[in-house]
Amino acid sequence: MLKIEGLCAGYGRIQALHGIDLDVPEGEIVTLVGANGAGKTTLLMSICGAPHASAGRVLLDGEDITHLPTHQIIRRGLAHSPEGRRIFPRMSVLENLQMGAAQSDPRHFDQDLERVLALFPRLHERLTQRGGTLSGGEQQMLAIGRALMSRPRVLLLDEPSLGLAPLVVRHIFEIIAAINREQKVTVFLVEQNAFHALKLAHRGHVMVNGKIALSGTGAELLANPEIRAHYLEGGTHGETAS
Amino acid sequence: MEYFLQQLINGLTLGAIYGLIAIGYTMVYGIIGMINFAHGEIYMLGAFISLIAYLAATTIGGGSVAVALMVALLATMLLTALWGWTVERVAYRPLRKAPRLAPLISAIGVSIVLQNFSQLAQGARVKPLPPVVRGGFTLMQSEDFAVNLSWLQIFIVMLTAVLMAVFTWVITRTSLGRAQRATEQDMKMASLLGINVDRIVSITFVMGAALAAVAGLMVTLYYGVIDFYIGFLAGIKAFTAAVLGGIGSLPGAMLGGLLIGLIEAFWSGYFSIEYKDVATFGILVMVLLFRPTGLLGRPEVEKI
Repeated sequence: MLKIEGLCAGYGRIQALHGIDLDVPEGEIVTLVGANGAGKTTLLMSICGAPHASAGRVLLDGEDITHLPTHQIIRRGLAHSPEGRRIFPRMSVLENLQMGAAQSDPRHFDQDLERVLALFPRLHERLTQRGGTLSGGEQQMLAIGRALMSRPRVLLLDEPSLGLAPLVVRHIFEIIAAINREQKVTVFLVEQNAFHALKLAHRGHVMVNGKIALSGTGAELLANPEIRAHYLEGGTHGETAS
Repeated sequence: MEYFLQQLINGLTLGAIYGLIAIGYTMVYGIIGMINFAHGEIYMLGAFISLIAYLAATTIGGGSVAVALMVALLATMLLTALWGWTVERVAYRPLRKAPRLAPLISAIGVSIVLQNFSQLAQGARVKPLPPVVRGGFTLMQSEDFAVNLSWLQIFIVMLTAVLMAVFTWVITRTSLGRAQRATEQDMKMASLLGINVDRIVSITFVMGAALAAVAGLMVTLYYGVIDFYIGFLAGIKAFTAAVLGGIGSLPGAMLGGLLIGLIEAFWSGYFSIEYKDVATFGILVMVLLFRPTGLLGRPEVEKI
């Protein structure tokens, strides 16, 4: 569905990605784990054309979207819940969700809103509240909900667990699984919380210094001793602690 | 009392005009964080276009003043909006990713270009327009002073009120306004939701220019003389109004415009007419010193 071939990208003279090859098959959850600064966020952003790739290609259903402007890429069925959530702080929760549906047919807005609010009942109670006044967990729900309002075929999620309490993290991950299972949305999940992410994912990739270092199914990577040593300590501790 | 009322009427009229120009400053600042110093010139172009359009409409159409005014109003808004769009496209968009000083300098450049263009194209002498809308009524009469309210003043204030209501509705209730506010709050995120932010920025310039155009038409009718240099002072005063109200805030721009108009009218009425600009800019200095966020602006963390 989403195919990345030899992608290089960076900011100014600093190159962050060095030839990424990655495949996100339809209907699956694919996760990308890695340390801070490995280039995970840059990869997600350059799929959306911000920054544009300096080399390589991004294909969506076989169509080359590498050099399209960001809004054109999004209109082809991608949705992005970015790092830091980026809720519009001075807009109500409802307006944030309306922005998510800005490019879709207004006739199915009510239906989409109902679907998202069923997924996040908490947002229902907060509809008229300003986005900036929500808690971290609620903002994350809003960010994912906003992304889902456009009926995306591929959902890009950048660190949905960041800065959230373990219980909230588990809730968010359950919802991501549900979105994938019930609404048949293909998910590309970038996470530092490798344990949860790999447990959830059909397929996983490990990124080190702007390159894919290791790939496999979620279960394979979870069992890999090297991965356990490098990426899972925090995650497993978090799990036993909760 | 009669004298006070008269100054109030004059001040409201003037304030309406400043408010319309101030909206253009505040919107553009809100969305791309830049003071569009060429906005005063857009208003000046609006005044010229309105004069030409009105004369053309009366020449071709003959008869009715009301029809000619309507035609002139629409033509002025349309053509001035086109100028606003062009200026953004040519002078600001290529600098979107440049340091913040660059578009500012470019704006000053545009301002000089437009001033000189009108001077060359239309001549340096003032252009008169004989009074178009005459009459009005006397509200109050004492032995030595009469309070007059002209039809033109009513027209100016009413049209401003309607435009501002429509405008507020567009910004707060429509999907276009929502996209504009989203772009203002987080341009990158707006593009990640499929919004064509370049288009939204263009529309913002077009809307600001259209309102400045109306102000240009009003001034042409109200004072009856225009020249190529009127954009400078009116621009800076409207900028003062936007800062006073809180730059980036729409209700702030309207309120600031009104206050500046009133201050100017009362100062001219009670103190000295020669020093009215000093009063206005004194306010600008005071606001910047003691309340840089303005009356209705929100405290900005760091936006330079």
